[in-house]
Amino acid sequence: MFYRETGQFKSSYKADQAIFPITQDRWFILFIFIIAFLVIPLTASEYLLQAVMIPLLIFSLAAIGLNLLVGYAGQLSLGTGGFMAVGAYMTYKLTTAFPEVNIIVIFILAGLISASVGFLFGIPSLRIKGFYLAVATLASQFFLVWMFNKVSWFYNHNSSGTITAPPRELFGVTVTGPTATAETRYIVALAIVCVFALIAKNLVRGRLGRSWMAVRDMDIAAEIIGIRPFQTKLIAFSISSFYCGVAGALMVFLWLGSAETEAFSINESFYVLFMIIIGGLGSILGSFLGAAFIVCVPILLTNAPQLFGLSMPIDLQKHIEIMLFGFLIVFFLIVEPHGLARLWQIAKEKLRLWPFPY
Amino acid sequence: MLRNILLALVGAVVAMTGISSTTIQVAADEQFIPMLVYRTGPYAPSGIPVANGFRDYYTMINNRDGGINGVKVTFEECETEYNTKLGVECYEKLKNKGSTGASLVNPFSTGITYQLIPKASVDEVPILSMGYGRTAAADGRVFKWVFNFPTTYWSQASAFIRYVAQQEGGESKLKGKKIAHVYHNSAYGKEANPTLKALANKYGYELILLAVDHPGQEQKATWLQIRRAKPDWVFMSGWGVMNQVAVKEAASIKYPMDHFVGNWWSGSDADVVPAAAGAKGYKSATFHSPRSDYPVHKDIIKHVYGGDQAKAKSNSFGEVLYNRAVVNAMFAVEAIRTAQGKFGKRALKGSEVRWGLENLNLTEARLKEIGMEGFTKPVKVSCSDHETMGPIIIQQWDGNKWNIVSDWISPIREVVRPMVEKAASAYAAENKITPRSC
Amino acid sequence: MEIINFLNLVFLAPFVEMVSYPIFFSEVIISGLLTGVMYSLVALGFVLIFKASGVFNFAQGAMVLFAALTLVGLMEHGFPIWAALISTIIVLIVLAFVVERFMLRYLINQEDIILFMATIGLTFLIQGFGETIWGSNVKPLDLGIPSESFELGGLLLNEFDLFAAGSGAVLVAVLAIFFHYTRIGRALRAVADDHQAAMAVGIPLKNIWIIVWSVAGFVGLVAGIMWGAKSGVQFSLSLIALKALPVLILGGFTSVPGAIVGGLIIGVGEKIAEIYWGPLVGGAIENWFAYVLALAFLLFRPQGLFGERIIERV
Repeated sequence: MFYRETGQFKSSYKADQAIFPITQDRWFILFIFIIAFLVIPLTASEYLLQAVMIPLLIFSLAAIGLNLLVGYAGQLSLGTGGFMAVGAYMTYKLTTAFPEVNIIVIFILAGLISASVGFLFGIPSLRIKGFYLAVATLASQFFLVWMFNKVSWFYNHNSSGTITAPPRELFGVTVTGPTATAETRYIVALAIVCVFALIAKNLVRGRLGRSWMAVRDMDIAAEIIGIRPFQTKLIAFSISSFYCGVAGALMVFLWLGSAETEAFSINESFYVLFMIIIGGLGSILGSFLGAAFIVCVPILLTNAPQLFGLSMPIDLQKHIEIMLFGFLIVFFLIVEPHGLARLWQIAKEKLRLWPFPY
Repeated sequence: MLRNILLALVGAVVAMTGISSTTIQVAADEQFIPMLVYRTGPYAPSGIPVANGFRDYYTMINNRDGGINGVKVTFEECETEYNTKLGVECYEKLKNKGSTGASLVNPFSTGITYQLIPKASVDEVPILSMGYGRTAAADGRVFKWVFNFPTTYWSQASAFIRYVAQQEGGESKLKGKKIAHVYHNSAYGKEANPTLKALANKYGYELILLAVDHPGQEQKATWLQIRRAKPDWVFMSGWGVMNQVAVKEAASIKYPMDHFVGNWWSGSDADVVPAAAGAKGYKSATFHSPRSDYPVHKDIIKHVYGGDQAKAKSNSFGEVLYNRAVVNAMFAVEAIRTAQGKFGKRALKGSEVRWGLENLNLTEARLKEIGMEGFTKPVKVSCSDHETMGPIIIQQWDGNKWNIVSDWISPIREVVRPMVEKAASAYAAENKITPRSC
Repeated sequence: MEIINFLNLVFLAPFVEMVSYPIFFSEVIISGLLTGVMYSLVALGFVLIFKASGVFNFAQGAMVLFAALTLVGLMEHGFPIWAALISTIIVLIVLAFVVERFMLRYLINQEDIILFMATIGLTFLIQGFGETIWGSNVKPLDLGIPSESFELGGLLLNEFDLFAAGSGAVLVAVLAIFFHYTRIGRALRAVADDHQAAMAVGIPLKNIWIIVWSVAGFVGLVAGIMWGAKSGVQFSLSLIALKALPVLILGGFTSVPGAIVGGLIIGVGEKIAEIYWGPLVGGAIENWFAYVLALAFLLFRPQGLFGERIIERV
C-alpha cells in the first residue's frame, strides 16, 4: 500500500535511468543518510563507532571492490588482503615522506598504486579460470604480505616492522592518529565510502559494467561480440584493487591506528569474499549487507549472552558463537543462495502488495 | 515457512541491537581490570594457562586479603583469539567498565600491544606489556603510558649472548662462533634481530637469521639449513605451533639440544609436551622460576581451590605460563598498591595507576612478604626507564619438568639502552610526540 | 661488476653449491619428497570430494583437525588405539551423513561458489564443535610410531618421515584400486563424470556423496595423525589446508595421481628454493614460492597437470 510506484510517471530518459527511480526509495535513502550522517555520530557510543560502524564501512568498501571483480567481472580472487596491504603501506610511506599533502589525496594515490599492482597480478586471469584462478591469486596474497614484512623500506626501517598512522589534519580537524575522535574518523570514512559506492554503482550501470557482465557470463561469447577480454579483465582487476587499496588505507588510518602485515593475512581475503557471497554477488547493496552481516553478527553473538543474563565460560561462549556463525552462513545460503541483496529485493516486491495480498 | 523463520530472526537481531547499549554495572569502589584472553584459536594452548594465572591471582587477593587494601579487584575476560582486531574490540568494550574505568591493560599479545599504544595516552589507560610488545617503549620519556618491565626482547637477546659467553668461557671466545636465530616471521619474531646484529659486530660471532612463516608447521627447510651451517648455538623466537615443531625437528636432525635456547615465549609446557622425551635438554629463557612451591602458590591452592591440588592442576596451575601470569598479576596489584599510597585506599583511575606503575619499587623484602622470594627478581621502575632491564635466567627441560640451570644473567645495558633511545626518538619524531624531561 | 656478482649469486652460485655438496643436496631432495607426500595427504581429501560432487570443500582442514581431535580425545579417555580408531571412523561417517542430509541436499544444482561458501560455514561449525567437546589445549599424539633418526651413507633420515611417506603411498594405492576395481568406485567415477547421467542409470547420488565424504574424512584422519604426531593435535592443524592448495592447483582438482605428483613437485620445489635462493632475499619464501610455482605450471596447463581438459563452447 505504501510502497507503490502507481502514478509516478517518467517523462525523460534521465528520470528513467535514475539510480532510485521510485519516490519512496528516494525518501528511504534520504532517511538512511540522515541516520548515517547525523543520528549515529551524535548518539552512538565510542564502542559502537569504533568496533562496529567504522569497520563496517571499511569492509563495505573492500567488499564493493571485490564484488566488482568477482560479482560483475566473474574473476574469482583471493588476493584482497594483499591489495589492502598495498594501499595501507603506500599511504604510510607517502604520508611520512610528504606530510604536508592532504591525506585524501594520499589515499587516492595509494589506491592508484594498488591498482597498478592489481593490474600486474591480474595478468594470469587471461589464461586461468575459476577456482584455479582463485588459488593463483593467493600467490599475490602471500607474496605481497611477505614483501611488506621483509623489505624494511616499506615501514621506514623501524625495528618492529609495524606502521603507525601519524596525526593528519583535514580542514583543520585531526582525522587520523590517536587524537582523532571516533566521530571524525567515522564521518570521513562514511563520506569516502559514499562517494566510492556512487562511482561503483555508475560504473556497473555503464558500458564497462556491461562488458564485465558479458565476460562473466561467458567470456568466449563476449569476445565474439567484440568485447576485448584482455582489457576488460585487467581493468576489472585494477579498479577492484583500487577500491581494496583505499579500504586497506582506511583500515589502518581511520580504524586500527597501527598495523603489521598480520592485519592483512589470508583471513582478510576470505572474510571479504564471505561478505560478497553472503551479501549477494553482483550487487552494490549486497556488499553493504554482507559486510554488515560478517561484521555485526559475531559482535552480536559475543554480547548476546550478557544481555540475557547468561554467564558461561568464555571459551564455551566463543565456541558456541563460532558454531552459530557457521550455522547462520549455511542457513542463509540454503534459504537464499543469491544472498541478502536478493532477500531485500523479494521483501520489496512483497511490500508493493502488502497488506493486501491481491 | 523458512521465510517466516528468517523474518523472525531478522526481527530478533534488530531487537538485540536496540538493547545492546545497556551495560553491566560494577559496584562502586572496586578496582576493575580488563582481561584480554585467548582461550580458543591457534594460540589457545598458550592462552589458557595465562588466563587462568591472572584469574587465580586476583581471586586469591580478593579471598585472602579482601582485595588490595580492602578495595576488591574485579575483572572481566574478553576473548581475542590472539587476533589484533578482536583485541581492539575487546579493549573498547572494557575500557570504561568498573567504577573508575580500566585500571590498566595487559594485552598479552605483541600485536594487540602495538594497536593499543597510540590509544593509551588518549584514553588514559596504562599498558603493562610485561616482556613483550614494543621494546622502544622502555624509554618512558616518549612512552609515558606504556610499561614493559622487568625486561624486553632486546635485553633478553643480549642476556642470551652473555649466557653463551659464560658457557663458552668468556666473551673473547665468542669470536668466530656461529649463532643462528630461528624466528617467527612477524613483528614479534623480528624484535631480537637488531640486538643480535649489534652484538655480532661487537663480539665477532657470525649471525645466521632464519625466518619461519606463520604458522610454522613445516620447518624442514629451516632445519636443513641449520644442519648445513652447523651453528654452535641456536636461539629461537617462536610462538604457538612453531615451537613444538621446531623442538621436534631439532631432535630429528640430532642437533645438541642443550645448545638450543628458546626465548621466554618458546619455553612453556605446551611447547615441549608433544616432543616429550625428544625435547630433553632443550633450554629457554625466563624471568621467573618454573617451580610452583613458593608461598604464593600455597596461598592460591588454599584460597582459590580450597586445598584441592587436582582441581588446581586441571586449571594449568604451576605451568610456566601460569607462573608468568601470576607474576604479571602481582605487578599490577603491587602497582595499584603503590598508587594507593599516594592517592588513598579507594578505587583508582587509570592515570593514578600509571603513577603507581612508574613509581613501583618492588624490593627483595617486599617480594618475601607476598610470598615470592626467589620466584622473581626485584624491580624498580623510573620515569625514564620503564623496562628496568631485569636479569633473565635459563631453564632446561629434563623430559618431565623445567629446571633452572643458570644464575641470573643481566642484559648488556651499554648496547641495548642506546638502541632503545634511538628507536623511541624516531617514533616520537614520526608521531609528533614531545618527550618528557625526566 | 656488481651486476655480474648479482647474476652469479642468483644463477650460478646455488647450482655450484648443489653440485659440490651432493649429499646435502640429496638430503634436500629427500626431505622435499617426504614433505610433499604429507601435503598430498591433505590435498587428497579435497580431490576426492571435488571429483565426486564438484564441491571445493573448504572444510577439509577442519575435518583433519576434527578427526585427529576425536582420536586423541578418545584415547585420553582410556580407549585403546584400535577402538579409538574405529570409533573415530564411525564419527566421521556420521558427520558425512549429517553433511549430506542437512546441507548438500538443499544445495543441489547451485553454483560452485555457493557450495564453496557453504563448506566455509561448515568449517566454522566443525571447528567450534570439535573444540567444544575436546578443548583447545595441545594434545600429544603418540601411536607408538618410531621417530628415531639414523644415518645411511651420510644421509640423515627419520623413521617417522619414512613411515609417513610409506603410509601415504599405501593409502593412494588403496584408493586407486578402490576407484578402479570396486563397484562403488565405478559408481563414484560415473558420478564424477556426469551427475545426471549417473542418476539416470540408477546410481543413488546421495549414498555416493555420503561415501565420498566418509572417505575424505578418513583421508583427513590419516593426514591428521601424521601432522599431529609432529606438532601435537591443536587448532593449527586446520591451517595446513593452505599448504595443500598449491598442490591442488598444480595436480588438478580432479586427479588422485595429480595430488601425489603435485605434492612431490611442490615439496621439492619449495625446499630447494628456500635453501638455495631463500637466503638471498631474507628467507621464508616457501609459502609464496609454492603458489608461484603452481602458477607457473598453470600458465602452460590451465587445468593443472592431470586435470581434465577444459573444453569451452559458445
